[in-house]
Amino acid sequence: MGSEPRIGVYICHCGSNIAGTVDVKEVAEFARGLDAVVMTRDYIFICSDPGQEIIRNDVRDFGLNRVVVAACSPQMHELTFRRVCQEAGLNPYLFEMANIREHCSWVTKDKEKATEKAKALVSAAVKRVYYHQPLVAREVPFNPNTLIVGGGISGIQAGLEIADSEHKVYLVERTPSIGGHMIQFDKTFPTLDCSACILTPKMTQVGSHPHIELMTYSEVEEISGFIGNFKIKIRKKARYVDEDKCNGCGLCQEKCPWEADSEFDAGMGKRKAIYIPFEQAVPNIPVIDREHCAYFLKGTCLACEKVCETKAIDFEQEDKLVEVEVGSIILATGFNLWDPTPIYQYGYKRLDNVITSLEFERLVNSSGPTGGNIVLKDGSTPQSMAIVHCVGSRDKNYHEYCSRVCCMYALKYAHLIKEKTNAEVYQFYIDMRCFGKGYEEFYERVSGEGVNFIRGKVGEITDRAINEEEKGKLVVVAEDTLLGSMIRAPVDMVILCPAMEPQPDAEAVTQLFNISRSADGFFLEKHPKLDPVATTTDGIFIAGCCQGAKDIPDSVAQASAAAARVLAMISKGRVEIEAATAVIDEELCSGCQICNLLCPYSAISFDEKKKVSKVNDALCKGCGACVAACPSEAISSKHFTTEQILAEIEGILI
Amino acid sequence: MSFEPKIVAFLCDWCSYRGADLAGTSRMKYPPNVRPIRVMCSSRVEPTFILKALQAGADGVLVLGCHPGDCHYTDANYKTIRRMAILEKLLEQLGIEKERVRLDWVSASEGNKFVSIVNDITAKLKELGPLARS
Repeated sequence: MGSEPRIGVYICHCGSNIAGTVDVKEVAEFARGLDAVVMTRDYIFICSDPGQEIIRNDVRDFGLNRVVVAACSPQMHELTFRRVCQEAGLNPYLFEMANIREHCSWVTKDKEKATEKAKALVSAAVKRVYYHQPLVAREVPFNPNTLIVGGGISGIQAGLEIADSEHKVYLVERTPSIGGHMIQFDKTFPTLDCSACILTPKMTQVGSHPHIELMTYSEVEEISGFIGNFKIKIRKKARYVDEDKCNGCGLCQEKCPWEADSEFDAGMGKRKAIYIPFEQAVPNIPVIDREHCAYFLKGTCLACEKVCETKAIDFEQEDKLVEVEVGSIILATGFNLWDPTPIYQYGYKRLDNVITSLEFERLVNSSGPTGGNIVLKDGSTPQSMAIVHCVGSRDKNYHEYCSRVCCMYALKYAHLIKEKTNAEVYQFYIDMRCFGKGYEEFYERVSGEGVNFIRGKVGEITDRAINEEEKGKLVVVAEDTLLGSMIRAPVDMVILCPAMEPQPDAEAVTQLFNISRSADGFFLEKHPKLDPVATTTDGIFIAGCCQGAKDIPDSVAQASAAAARVLAMISKGRVEIEAATAVIDEELCSGCQICNLLCPYSAISFDEKKKVSKVNDALCKGCGACVAACPSEAISSKHFTTEQILAEIEGILI
Repeated sequence: MSFEPKIVAFLCDWCSYRGADLAGTSRMKYPPNVRPIRVMCSSRVEPTFILKALQAGADGVLVLGCHPGDCHYTDANYKTIRRMAILEKLLEQLGIEKERVRLDWVSASEGNKFVSIVNDITAKLKELGPLARS
């Protein structure tokens, strides 16, 4: 460097996000007194264009050669400000960020204490940046393959968009077929197109696409690596059916004498122990359910093996581990429909003919167990039905958020019930939320079809009659908040609209992929408004209901957005990686070789001639394990030097 | 005035720093006593750093990394475990209570765990009182 450090410090208000809790003027005043600081400013939004301009001008006008920005997390804007430094002619590594938002103003109640903490964080950054050295970022090639996890509408959409650009996609789906929840639905609101009719062509496309490798009945087991170069281990669970031999004739499931509840029919119908989940399944290959197959339970039967003409049944098949390499990952793992049993007073699983929305989708679907006839448990047609909104959504006891789709599908149900049975329909709602394109119009349309709308949260669903009219009926008890009176509606069937919630293993998935979840349990996006597709881990994107409850058009839009982000990176073809690698000072190295064995990437080798160890820069990922272990202090990690960290410690303990 | 301990927390960039960020974006509240320092991996934390922090005024030190098995650098955090075990013995010899230094794991999704660790160690250090430096 040569010249003495001249540091500029910028304290961001972030509107009131920081300035509401931290006295930014006081922090700026404090920073002014720190060693080597020649310029201090506070500004409402440093990340804005005018904010960036201030830094660029100051670097020029005041000869700054180090910059500290005290604002949000470096995860958010470190790259932004490194770029600003670069534009101002400074090496981007002569910059340091103090996180006074996520680590200070947002987590501290007391204003005085928050201001003190902010000062400590700024002091640490100033002391650290004093020792920063210019570095050059490295670029590595970007692997153009993509992994997509989840084969619902979001995964399908993203997969097709990427594969259509002739780049390889590995689509991993946990269940035996792709299709997700959407393939279970009957009609889709507000246009009433048949869900299967619009989805199955896309599913077939996925199944036969030359650039998609579809792995159903498979799960991601391990992931390592970085953006641009991930290594993935996928477990292909044993189907006990040879995929190459099977021709999908379906004879095995026809002849199989053993039954179980059908997952596809949401438990409303039966399937065999060897089964293709539904007629249009992709791939059209059955799977044996070990828990219900007589061969696995008792060692007998073999009916499927006997009838299979292609000899595809293989009871000896084992799980296979497949390894693939990809540059980016899209998670589209979907949602789980909340089980409303805990709301005891609603009688789900306790009272006949109280069903969930997904069960009703199968009931009303012509591919469902009743062929699309809306019938009660006893086979008769209902004369009256109630639809209960917000079951476990907008409810502090379960999920506070709104599930966003229930109002609309409830309207769709009312329309379908009217069309098929002409039964009396009661909608029990808190607020009608019909926000999307064509949604309000659909609400108006269904309102004109003779549906009763009752504004009130249902208190109880009971079979205890208090008069003649209620005998043999389910009585839905609620307060009609528009009339201010109690209502008891005797009906034959009740449809509950349960919350859409994160998948039960969402936490395990976040651990596996090293991403975060928001307070509602769904996957956390990088920024709620400006980056709703990326995650905090570079190269990993999210699409569809795994990020939050949403309808089909929103899921498709987010999936396309994720695909566009992936394609942009593929098209660039390379990715910048951190310059913070380890370097060995040959003069200091004693040749003990402790570091050689320590390196998780085998990036350190021993030079027999010089009797010193050497770091291969292309392999080093910069963890620093070797630096901390070197007994001669011969290894240093760039941008995380001992000098820098010790200075930071000193600074933070003011 | 009651004793307010100073705590230096070394957070690995990939898991724990993001876990602490999540506590922030979720607007969880925790004592301001903790002062975070970002490192790429918990394995970068030299025992010297911890001793330096204690010497320079910290009453306690946290080292937080990815969960064992989930380390962004394959298995580098296992090195941290070994190093910390040795450091603990050294602290004992120096007459420093071992509770003042804590190694734990916080993933990017565990904002609440980060908060509970900070609450725990802050309460513990208040109990122990200031670190005696001679």
